[in-house]
Amino acid sequence: MPLQPVKFYQTGTFTVGNRLLAPEDRSVQANMQRTNSLNSGHRACQGCGEALGARYAIDAAMNASNRQLIAANATGCLEVFSTPYPETSWQIPWIHSLFGNAAAVATGIAAAIKVKRQKGQSGDVRVVAQGGDGGTTDIGFGCLSGMFERNDDVLYICYDNGGYMNTGVQRSSATPPAARTATTMPLGPEPGNPFGQGKFVPAIAMAHEIPYVATATVADLRDLEHKVTKAMGLRGARYIHILVPCPLGWGTASHDTIRMARLAKETGIFPVFSAEYGEIKSALAIRRPLPVEEYLRPQKRYAHLFGKSPAVATIARIQAQADKNIRKYGLLEKEVR
Amino acid sequence: MLKQCEGSHAVAEAVALCRPEVICAYPISPQTHIVEGLGEMVKSGDLTDCEFINVESEFAAMSVAIGSSATGARTYTATASQGLLFMVEAVYNASGLGLPIVMTVANRAIGAPINIWNDHSDSLSQRDCGWIQLFAESNQEALDLHIQAFKLAEELSLPVMVCMDGFILTHAYERVDMPTQAQVDAFLPPYEPRQVLDPADPVSIGAMVGPEAFMEVRYLAHAKQMQALERIPQLAEEFKQVFGRECGGLVRTYCTEDAETIVIAMGSVLGTIKDTVDEMRAAGHKIGVLGITSFRPFPLLAVAAALKNCKRFVVLEKSLAVGIGGIVATNVRMAVTGMGLKGYTVVAGLGGRAITVKALTGLFDKAGRDELELLTFLDLDWNAVNKQLEREKQTRRSGPAAEAMLRDLGTVASKIA
Amino acid sequence: MDKPFAITLNPGSSLANHTGSWRTSRPLYLDRLPPCNAACPAGEDIQGWLFHAESGDYEKAWRVLTENNPMPAIMGRVCYHPCEGGCNRQHLDESVGINSVERFLGDEAIKRGWKFDKPAHSTGKRVLVVGAGPSGLSAAYHLARLGHAVEIHEAGPLAGGMMRFGIPKYRLPREVLDAEVGRILETGVVLRLDTKVANIAESMKAGKFDAAFLAVGAHIGKRAYIPAGDATKIIDAVSVLRSMEGEDKPLLGRRVVIYGGGNTAIDVARTAKRLGASESIIVYRRTREKMPAHDFEVEEALQEGVMMKWLSTIKQAGEGNITIEKMELDEKGFPQSTGEFETLEADSVVLALGQDVDLSLLEGVPGLEINDGVVRVGDNMMTGAAGIFAGGDMVPSERTVTVGVGHGKKAARHIDAWLRGETHVPPAKHEIAGFDRLNTWYYSEAPHTIRPMLNIIRRQSTFDEVLGGLDETNAQFEARRCLSCGNCFECDNCYGVCPDNAVIKLGPGKRFEFNYDYCKGCGMCVTECPCGAIKMEAEEI
Repeated sequence: MPLQPVKFYQTGTFTVGNRLLAPEDRSVQANMQRTNSLNSGHRACQGCGEALGARYAIDAAMNASNRQLIAANATGCLEVFSTPYPETSWQIPWIHSLFGNAAAVATGIAAAIKVKRQKGQSGDVRVVAQGGDGGTTDIGFGCLSGMFERNDDVLYICYDNGGYMNTGVQRSSATPPAARTATTMPLGPEPGNPFGQGKFVPAIAMAHEIPYVATATVADLRDLEHKVTKAMGLRGARYIHILVPCPLGWGTASHDTIRMARLAKETGIFPVFSAEYGEIKSALAIRRPLPVEEYLRPQKRYAHLFGKSPAVATIARIQAQADKNIRKYGLLEKEVR
Repeated sequence: MLKQCEGSHAVAEAVALCRPEVICAYPISPQTHIVEGLGEMVKSGDLTDCEFINVESEFAAMSVAIGSSATGARTYTATASQGLLFMVEAVYNASGLGLPIVMTVANRAIGAPINIWNDHSDSLSQRDCGWIQLFAESNQEALDLHIQAFKLAEELSLPVMVCMDGFILTHAYERVDMPTQAQVDAFLPPYEPRQVLDPADPVSIGAMVGPEAFMEVRYLAHAKQMQALERIPQLAEEFKQVFGRECGGLVRTYCTEDAETIVIAMGSVLGTIKDTVDEMRAAGHKIGVLGITSFRPFPLLAVAAALKNCKRFVVLEKSLAVGIGGIVATNVRMAVTGMGLKGYTVVAGLGGRAITVKALTGLFDKAGRDELELLTFLDLDWNAVNKQLEREKQTRRSGPAAEAMLRDLGTVASKIA
Repeated sequence: MDKPFAITLNPGSSLANHTGSWRTSRPLYLDRLPPCNAACPAGEDIQGWLFHAESGDYEKAWRVLTENNPMPAIMGRVCYHPCEGGCNRQHLDESVGINSVERFLGDEAIKRGWKFDKPAHSTGKRVLVVGAGPSGLSAAYHLARLGHAVEIHEAGPLAGGMMRFGIPKYRLPREVLDAEVGRILETGVVLRLDTKVANIAESMKAGKFDAAFLAVGAHIGKRAYIPAGDATKIIDAVSVLRSMEGEDKPLLGRRVVIYGGGNTAIDVARTAKRLGASESIIVYRRTREKMPAHDFEVEEALQEGVMMKWLSTIKQAGEGNITIEKMELDEKGFPQSTGEFETLEADSVVLALGQDVDLSLLEGVPGLEINDGVVRVGDNMMTGAAGIFAGGDMVPSERTVTVGVGHGKKAARHIDAWLRGETHVPPAKHEIAGFDRLNTWYYSEAPHTIRPMLNIIRRQSTFDEVLGGLDETNAQFEARRCLSCGNCFECDNCYGVCPDNAVIKLGPGKRFEFNYDYCKGCGMCVTECPCGAIKMEAEEI
C-alpha cells in the first residue's frame, strides 16, 4: 500500500510535522527524540540534499529497526563529509570500505548477523548500504546486482545527485541528458550529457524481482519515510533510490534544494513510485503539473539551454522524456495508486 | 587422524575445524576445490553456524569478507591469480581496516598470457598489501598453517594469506594428519574482535585520514607485522604442544649447519630441493636449504642467522620482478646486508614449468663453483626466445609473442610434466 | 573498545566541528502580521485564535479572541469581515471563512456558558460610557478588565444600540445579542437604561467620573427634500428598523420603495418583504457596482424578491405613486439627469440616505471640536476635552459594528493610560506577511466551507436567521484552512529540512531555536517555511 496522505489537516502530511496529528501518525523527523543518525558538524556543502536525504532515510530506518541498525557506506561525498579523521557525524555503527563495494560489505554484515543470531550472540540487527549515484549505478553496480540477485537481507539506498560531485562534478550514468558536467561540457553540436545514454537503476533493480524497489525525493519526507519503513519491514534485498539535489553540481541556490527535488517530481522528470517483486505498486501523483522548463531553468547545469537562442528542441526532448514518465507511471492519475 | 586426501580437501576440512562463520566463494582455479568442499559441508549441515555466500566476483568476495569480519564473524575466502588481482583494492582495504580475514591463495601465474599453472606471481604481487603471507611446503603444512592463521590474524587484527602452490599442492593427494575438533578448539579460541559494528557500542570504521595521521596509521600496520615476527614462532611452538608436530614458524632450515651453499625457496619446491640436496650431500657437497614460511612479515634476522656460516646463497623463486630479477632474492639480500655473501637469483617454474632434480643438481653444482650468473632463468628455452627477439627486430607487425613461440615449439605438454 | 588509531572513530564526534563559522547570513525566527489581523477593525488576533480552534481547543480560541473583542457571536453574524478580504488563502483557492469560525466560537461560548474572568484588581477609577452600542460595550468591557469601575448610560430602553435598533433579527437574533451583552455586564459593568446624557460635563460631575467615553450611535436618519403630497407616507429607515423592536410593527403598505443604496436600504427592503410587502423596491441613483451595500447582501435581497431600480432618483412622491428620473453616469462616475421620467406605484417611501449622531450632549464642553457632524479625536481617541474620549459613529470613520468595537478597545487602553497619567504606546506593528512570503506547497487542498442558508420561503416570510452556523466538524475544518501567515504554527519544517540538524525543537507551544554553532546559513528553512516566519539576515563580518 502506498502512503495514504492525511487530508484536511491544514498542512496534512505535506509538512515535516503536524501538531494536529496523533503522535503515531507523525513523521520520524518531527520527533524531538529522532536519532540524528547523521549528526551536526558534518562538512557537507550548505543546503546539501544528500546530507538531508541520508538523515531522513537512516533516521527512518533506525526508527523502523528499533535502533538496531548497521550501515555500510560507499566512498563519495556522504562518506567524505561525514567521517574525516578525527570526527565522525554518524551515531550508528557504520563502515566505509571502498567506492564500489558497499552492497557487498553490507552482504557480509548481514551474513555475520545471521550467524550471530543463530548462535544467540546478536539481536535482530538490520543492515543498510548507502552510496551516491556513482558508487551505485557505475562502480558499485556489480556488487549491487550481486546483492540483489542473491536476495541478501540488505536495504540499499542510493542518493542520486546525478554525478560525481565529490570529485568535481563529472558525469555518471545517472547524469541526465543535456546536463553540463566537467566531463560533458556544453560544447559542440550536442552540448552537455548526450541523450540516449545513462541508466535508471530502479528499473534494473525491479528486473531482479527483489521484494521492494522504490524511488523518493527529499521533497516528500512522508513518502520517503513510508518507503524506508516499508522496506525495513521486509526481508531480502530492497532498493530505494532517492533524488537529492546538489547545489554545487546543479548550480542552484543552497536554499532551493528541496524546491528542486519537488520540481523534478512535479514536472515528471523524476518518477516517484514503488514496486514489489518487479511489479509497480504505487506512484506518487503529480500535484501541480509543470513544464520541465520550470525545473531546468533555475539550474546552471542547464544554462546553455536558455541562452540568447533557447535550445527549444533540446528542451522538447527533455519534456518528451518527462511525458513518457508521466504515461509510464501514471503520474497524472488523480488517485494515488 | 591420518587420511589420504586431496590438498584442497585437507584445507577445506582444516578451515571447517576452525569454525568459520562466513565463507565467500568465487570460482577460480586452482582454489575451487577448497570452497567447493566447504560449500558442501555447509549445505550438508556438517559445518553449522556458517554462511556460505556465492558472490559475483573476487572483489565482492573480499568485500563481503570485510563486512562480515567487521561485524565480528570469523571469515574465510580463497582465491588465486587473476582473482587475487581483481580483489586487490579490497585486499588492501581489509588490512588497512585491520580485519582478521584468512584467505587461501592457491598460487598461480598471472596473465597475459593467461596461464592456470603454478607460480608465486600472484601472492608476491601483493607483498606490500599489508597482509601476513605464509607459504606452505606441503599439504600437511597447508592445513596446519590455516589453523595458525586464524589465531594469528585474530590476535593481531590483521588478515592472513595462506599461500599454497596451485595444483602441485591443491590437487595432490597426500597423506595428512587431520586434527580433531577438540584439538583445534583447544588451540583456537573464539574470535574476539578488536573493533566490531555493534548497535550497542556504535563506531565509525573507515574514516578518511589526511596527512596529519596517515603516516602513523601506516607505521602502525608495519608495527603489527613486527609483532607478528615475534608471535609466529611462538604460535608454532604452541601448535606443536597441542598437535604434536612442527609447523609454521618464520623459516625452516635443512642441513644448513655446515653448508657453504644454502638454497633459499618458498613452498612445495622445497621438497624437490631437499631431495636434490640429499643427493648432492651424499656426493660431498656442503649444501643446505632455507625455507621461508613467513614472507610477510619478512624475517630479516632469522634469514641472516640461518646464513651466517655459509659462503653463498641461491634464491630459487617462482616469481619474477620484471626489470630487476627476483622478488624473494631482493628481500634476502636486504637480510644479509654487510655479511659479504655471494648471492644468486634463480627464477624458476614460472607458469607451471617443471623444476626437476636434474636441473637443480646442475644449477646448484654451478653455484657451488660460483660459476652461476647472478640472475638465472632455469630451463629457459633460449632458442625460442632468441627467435622471437629476432622476429621482432625484423618485422614491425610481428604478432603476439606467446602464440608465435607456441608455433615454434609445436607442443607444450612435455614442459609441464 | 580499544579502537584502531584514526580509522575508527567515536560516534557523533563531529559535534566538535562548529560549521556555523561557514555562515555568511543567518536565519531568524520572526512573527509577521497576518493580513487578516492587519485588516480587522477590532484588532483581533485572528491567526492567534484560529490556531487554537485548529486543535479543537475552542475555549482557548474563544479566550484569545475575546482578549480583543467580547462579542464573537455578534461579530460572526454582522461583521463584514474585512479579514477575509485580506486573507492570503484567496490567492490559493478561497479565503478562510474566518467569520463563520468566529460565530461558531461565539455560539459555542453561549452554549457552554463560558464567562469572562473577573477583573483581578480595582483601580478605584470611575469611567462613564455613553451609549450601549458596540463601541460603548467594547470600551466598557476592556475598561472593566483593566480594573476600572464602569457605568454605561444608555438613552434607549435596551442595550445594543445599532445592533438592536439597526440590524434586523434575521441577521442578528436578539437572544445572541442579549447573551453577549449580559456576559459583559457580568464583569461588573453597570448599565443604566433610559438614561440620556443631556450634558456630558454635568453627568461626569454628578457621577464623579474620572473619564468618559462617548459612543452615541447615529440614530437620526438623514432626510432629503422630496416634493410630496400630504397623503404620501415618507419615513426614514432608522425609524423603520427601530420600530421593528417595539410592539407595533411599522405599516409600510403592499408596495414599498426604499431610497438609497447602503446596507440600511437593503435591511429595510428585506424587512419590508418579510412584513408582507408584495413589492419592495430599492431606488438608487447609481449602478449596482457603485452601491455601498455589500454585494452579498444585495444578492440575498434579490434572492428574496427585493427589486432594484438602478440609476434612478425620486423626483416627487404623490398619493400611491412616485415619480422617478432616470440617471446616467458621467465619465467620473457621477449620476447626471437625463430628463426621462417614470412613475412607480408606492404605498410608502423609506429614506435610507445615511444617519447622523445626536451630539447635543456635547454642548458647552470647552475644547471639544465638531466637524461635519462628528467629533474630532486625537490618535488616542481623546476629544479636545481632557478625559473625554469618543468613538464609534461619533468620530470620523466607517460606521460598522466592528469599527465601533475596535474604537472601544483602543479608547479603553488610552483611557486606562490616561487615568494612570501615562501614555499608551501601542506595540510596533510587524511587517505584513504577504502572499509572496508563503510556501503554499505545504497546505492541503481544502475548499471553503459553505455556510447553510435558510430556505427561501422562510426567508421571505419570517425573521428567522438567514445564514446558518457551522457545526464543530466544519468549523474546525475551516479553521484548519488558515495558513497561519507570518506566525509559526509548529509544522516542524525547519526542524526537518535542516541538513545540519541546526534547528532545536523546544516542544509543543515553545516553537524552535537555531543552533548557530552548526547552522551553515543555507536558508532552506526560510524557503521551506510554509508561513513566512523565518527570515535571512546578513551576518555582521
